[in-house]
Amino acid sequence: MMLLLVLLPIGAAVVAFTVTSNRLRPWLLPATGSAHFALAAWLVPQGEQWMLNRWLGIDPLSRMFVAFISLLFLLLSLYAPGYFRARMNRNNRVLCGCLLLALAMMSLVTLAHHLGLMWIAMEATTLATAPCVYFNRNPRSLEATWKYLVIGSVGIALALLGSFFLAYSMLEAGSESTLLFDDLVEHSHTLSLPWLHAAFVLLLVGYGTKMGLAPMHTWKPDAYGEAPGIVGALLAGGLTSCAFLCLLRFYHIAHIAHDDEYTHRLLIFMGLLSMGTAAVFMSRQKDIKRLLAYSSVEHMGMLVFGMGLGGLAAGGSLLHVVHNGLGKAVLFLAAGNIHRAYGSKSTDQVQGVLQRLPWSGWLMLIGFFAITGSPLFGPFVSEYQILSGAFATGHTTAGVMFLVLLLLVFFGMGNTLVRCSFGPAPDTGNATDSSGQRANADSANNSNGQFADNFAMVAPIVLCMLLLVWLGVQTPQFLQQWVHDALEFLQRTPDA
Amino acid sequence: MSELLLDPGLVVALLINFYILTVTRLKQVVYGVALQGVLLGLLYPVAHAGFLPRGEPHSLETVTTLRLIGLTVAIVVIKGWIIPRFLMKAMRIADVRSRLTSTVGIVPPLLMGGFGTAAAIVFSRSLPLAGGHASHLLIPSALATVVCGFLMLSTRREALGQVLGYIVLENGIFIFGLLLVEAVPIMVELGIVLDLFVGVFVMGIIFNHVSRAFPEASIEHLSSLKE
Repeated sequence: MMLLLVLLPIGAAVVAFTVTSNRLRPWLLPATGSAHFALAAWLVPQGEQWMLNRWLGIDPLSRMFVAFISLLFLLLSLYAPGYFRARMNRNNRVLCGCLLLALAMMSLVTLAHHLGLMWIAMEATTLATAPCVYFNRNPRSLEATWKYLVIGSVGIALALLGSFFLAYSMLEAGSESTLLFDDLVEHSHTLSLPWLHAAFVLLLVGYGTKMGLAPMHTWKPDAYGEAPGIVGALLAGGLTSCAFLCLLRFYHIAHIAHDDEYTHRLLIFMGLLSMGTAAVFMSRQKDIKRLLAYSSVEHMGMLVFGMGLGGLAAGGSLLHVVHNGLGKAVLFLAAGNIHRAYGSKSTDQVQGVLQRLPWSGWLMLIGFFAITGSPLFGPFVSEYQILSGAFATGHTTAGVMFLVLLLLVFFGMGNTLVRCSFGPAPDTGNATDSSGQRANADSANNSNGQFADNFAMVAPIVLCMLLLVWLGVQTPQFLQQWVHDALEFLQRTPDA
Repeated sequence: MSELLLDPGLVVALLINFYILTVTRLKQVVYGVALQGVLLGLLYPVAHAGFLPRGEPHSLETVTTLRLIGLTVAIVVIKGWIIPRFLMKAMRIADVRSRLTSTVGIVPPLLMGGFGTAAAIVFSRSLPLAGGHASHLLIPSALATVVCGFLMLSTRREALGQVLGYIVLENGIFIFGLLLVEAVPIMVELGIVLDLFVGVFVMGIIFNHVSRAFPEASIEHLSSLKE
């Protein structure tokens, strides 16, 4: 059954590539999303399960990720039919097919318990999402896709080298080399530390590139900026979370090898560096989608920062995966609607959004407050937990830096979003982005002046927002349990 | 026997790194990269034999032998024939200029390549080698090749130049994989999967209008996205 989580979207992708109707094809996404979610909702509560000689499995750590990726895809897929209706002039065959393939490969990453299989699945997610970034078929999106592929592939290559190092560290220690995580964890205490250190650095750089940690984040603003909102949301909420899960697997191995001090220091450093880089580039950022991309860099930084602190903060990090994913879905989808309406994503043209697109505008604005950690929303809970974890473990300086960077990001992001939200909307709506060339001319032709908030493109965002508020008011019992089990799993030594 | 072949082979691979960093004619770079690929393909069975326990007769089971031959042929054909042909085709179709240009000139990357190779040798000393491994050159040459590939990838202006750099980087990883041919045989296949990216890059150049959008297929044209 578990294999169906991977095979179902692959089958749907094949159908998507064969269906000829541009109008019917997008409905495959919510159909597959619902089936996938139903399957995940049935499988996940059943606890640990394994198949194919323990190559695939759901363990306490991956359980949360399997469920979340499925939920996120379902929420995004609800938005898809409305979006593709607004973009009927473009053939959506490749985008629909590749989104489904991406779901399949992301599911495979979460299920894989074999280093090689996980790596191949991660490589495949890169290949599956690259055509999605190139959906608009203009020079800017081509440039973004090229950067995404080149930087992503170097990351993937370094991750492979890191995996080789890890396998060799086992060989050097005299154990039989294996790539199964269970065996690696079991033998972790015998690993050769110099090799493990080198392996962890390479794996952090490799999978960190896929997560978009600074300084390997350079593909992110371009890819998120040029990709359709729905793709941006899937990359920022789903793919990056998968890469984070990969890192957690190695974090686990390093923990059992008693290498915590080294890995934690690295993770705290990378986390703060990413948050700092994001804060710098977010101030005076005029492009809304690029702004969101930097916000993603910031939140990926938070995730590894929390893991670096360990304990309470690590729990906050795991919870933040869910909160960040939902927050990014709200922001990217709302930004996509705004981009549609204005034919631009620069604050030079995007003015008075609340007047022009009240629903998307307010969702964007509330989403901003949510993602920056305002009370009442999910991210507040997880960010607060990371912060208290920092002080509780005696990382006072790091905690203060975390707080200062949160504030800087709040002002940087708020500056841009508040500016475009309020004020009068341009009357004609024939905004043309001077730097946007064909991309915006295109969108101006097909939607400008006519695009207004509609149920199909707003309701899914409202749904994400409601979830975010629900998670902010109370963390549901089952989620608390999952986080607790995942943490326990990460701390568990094989003999225990 | 295998030790006698492995080390010189690796030295040649290192020399090819420098050759690739020096020449600017695209065709010569493609030939260099192809030669390096073939060399690595041939080193694979050599490394395999070299890591068998000493003293035992070097007899391999039939299945292992078949796999060994199959993979060797696959590597040589993919790295030495399919990819170079593909690259040449891309050059023709995308009408790429015949010379590569560098953002920082030719000499600095070459010097950095030399420095990187030296650093790789020093760094690899700090990493303990598992007993019985035939060559002490494997780790430094793997790291040095990765560094040279990365240098080429990050300094060449043309899209094809970057792809070639990526192949060299990948070759470096493959050399490291030679350490694990016995212990984790699947590593070799994983290395080959990496070639998928190269295929996608080149297809991107051929089909996805890199040529149409930018007459010279130079990534210099790909620079409208910046802060």
